[in-house]
Amino acid sequence: MAGDGVRRRDFINIAAVSFAGVGGLAALYPLISQMAPSADVLAESSTEIDISAIAPGQAIKAVWRKQPVFIRNLTPEEIKSADAVDVASLRDPQTLEQRTTAGKTNWLITMGVCTHLGCVPLGAGEGEVKGEFGGYFCPCHGSVYDTAARIRKGPAPKNLEVPPHEFSSDTVVKIG
Amino acid sequence: MSFPWANEYKPSHPLMQWIDEKLPLPRFVYNAVGAGYPVPRNLNYMWNFGVLAGFALVLQIVTGVVLAMHYAANAGVAFDSVEHIMRDVNWGWMLRYAHANGASMFFIVVYTHIFRGFFYSSYKAPREMIWLLGVVIFLLMMATAFMGYVLPWGQMSFWGAKVITGLFSAIPLVGPPLQEWLLGGFAPDNAALNRFFSLHFLLPFVILGVIILHVWALHIPGSSNPTGVEVKQESDTVPFHPYYTAKDGFGLGIFLMVYCALVFFAPNLLGHPDNYIPANPLSTPAHIVPEWYFWPFYAILRAFTSDFLIIPAKLMGVLAMFSAILVWFFLPWLDTSPVRSGHYRPLFRKFFYALVIDVLVLGYCGGAPAEEPYVMISQIASMYYFLHFLVILPIVSSIETPQPLPFSITEAVLGKDEHATLAPATPPSAPAVA
Ligand code: HEM
Ligand code: FES
Repeated sequence: MAGDGVRRRDFINIAAVSFAGVGGLAALYPLISQMAPSADVLAESSTEIDISAIAPGQAIKAVWRKQPVFIRNLTPEEIKSADAVDVASLRDPQTLEQRTTAGKTNWLITMGVCTHLGCVPLGAGEGEVKGEFGGYFCPCHGSVYDTAARIRKGPAPKNLEVPPHEFSSDTVVKIG
Repeated sequence: MSFPWANEYKPSHPLMQWIDEKLPLPRFVYNAVGAGYPVPRNLNYMWNFGVLAGFALVLQIVTGVVLAMHYAANAGVAFDSVEHIMRDVNWGWMLRYAHANGASMFFIVVYTHIFRGFFYSSYKAPREMIWLLGVVIFLLMMATAFMGYVLPWGQMSFWGAKVITGLFSAIPLVGPPLQEWLLGGFAPDNAALNRFFSLHFLLPFVILGVIILHVWALHIPGSSNPTGVEVKQESDTVPFHPYYTAKDGFGLGIFLMVYCALVFFAPNLLGHPDNYIPANPLSTPAHIVPEWYFWPFYAILRAFTSDFLIIPAKLMGVLAMFSAILVWFFLPWLDTSPVRSGHYRPLFRKFFYALVIDVLVLGYCGGAPAEEPYVMISQIASMYYFLHFLVILPIVSSIETPQPLPFSITEAVLGKDEHATLAPATPPSAPAVA
């Protein structure tokens, strides 16, 4: 290599520092990764819920992944008012059918986590305010959801999330 | 340090001479906050708040370290361990109230310190770096106080953690995974509580480090003063010790009286009663608010209720809230007037007071429920806030005719008197009483 301007020393220098740099970055990876959800938190727990006692117009709060889930038995009027909306006009356009299981459109199952900053909206508990669209109302910053739990007003960007779920029988739903 | 007439450290005791040769730490202290640091002779009480902020930090570290001896950072027992501190630990109630109210006092002092900077334009050259480091300290303080408030694991702790980490979920694409990474889960739980405790313990020491840089940067040009006229001669300054150690000592006495009144007579005045309810992940309190010192920024966050062009309302609110502080970084370059002090800037002064009122209004709205008329008032006040920094300040700086400045600090203090002793040989004696 002598003569072309690059000395043996330069090569060794660059190689050594690059190697140390790569090593430093590699050491950073576990330091950052340790903060991500751990295996026990991630363990895809699923939970089975008996819904036989929920009358039309009622809702319950269940827990999945340590977060609240709303299970709501919609009345025919609530379904009608959800279907009456022009989907294209919504902030997060979805129909009630897309958000429920075929043949069981009365069972609206959503996370009880406001898509704004994560508060639990009101409307699932007995006597709680449901907001002007009859669904849910988030008191934190005033997001209003309709009877299909779609965002209609306020700062939240998305509809309440529908968690993966399936009906094990007519009276039991499995979430997760 | 900075002026040629600064007193030199001359230890007389042999032990001190010995130490000075091996490690000149006493010399460093003497030059930083002792008789070796010449300071403008005309500082008013607004210049007390830097030292007070330093005191508040020490207070938080001392009370915090002892609280950490009794506190348990586990979601199952954290709330009970705080109640154990309150009821069973000797003097535990006092230490906890001292720490919680110490945080409030810290913010009162730092807000005053920052607004002193706004009024006297302390951010202008050659003190930009001091100002930038100050804004960094403020951001670190906010992070520290937020994580501290999560530790008692009450309802406000839990929902505060959820909402504030939820801010990050507004960032496009990486937002939701980022929030999960910050929390170590899908909602605040043990993982989040533990890391918040670890960082709440660490960050005050990082703040201490940045404060050292802040004071280091300060000692290069030296302190500014209420006239904004730079030091020209020896008669403009007095040594920090004993003049300002005495004045700061007096200020500290007042600070402690207010602080003790809070700790002993109204320890929960600035807190929220809901934080005495254990965290419940299934039920959000009807009215969640952060600690009072975050209210102005919280009001800006909530002011954005509908989408702006292609930016969703949620992201807009988050961007605005962070920008409200980040805009301070640009202040040295937004205010282009050659005159520093608000005393000599009649138009600027009016807008300064308008900003104070605007921030108080924002603070009030941030603590109020998210309903009308507060939302609309927050919207107007948020707009004015940004207008002040980005539009009003640059325009005022260029159209305003400042009032004439005194020739020097000494002239400002003693008047344009033929007898005013301006000779460089004047010993830095006590300011003459006119
Ligand atoms: C910048 C300095 C600091 C600020 C602004 C600050 C702020 C706070 C706040 C607001 C709380 C909640 C108080 C409550 O409502 O109970 C808190 C709690 C706590 N802090 Fe700090 N803190 C600081 C420094 C420290 C340090 C240095 C330590 C430990 C080395 C510490 C340890 C604790 C502990 C153990 C708690 C939980 C006990 C409690 O809730 O009273 N803090 N802090
Ligand atoms: S968290 Fe629901 S509106 Fe903000």
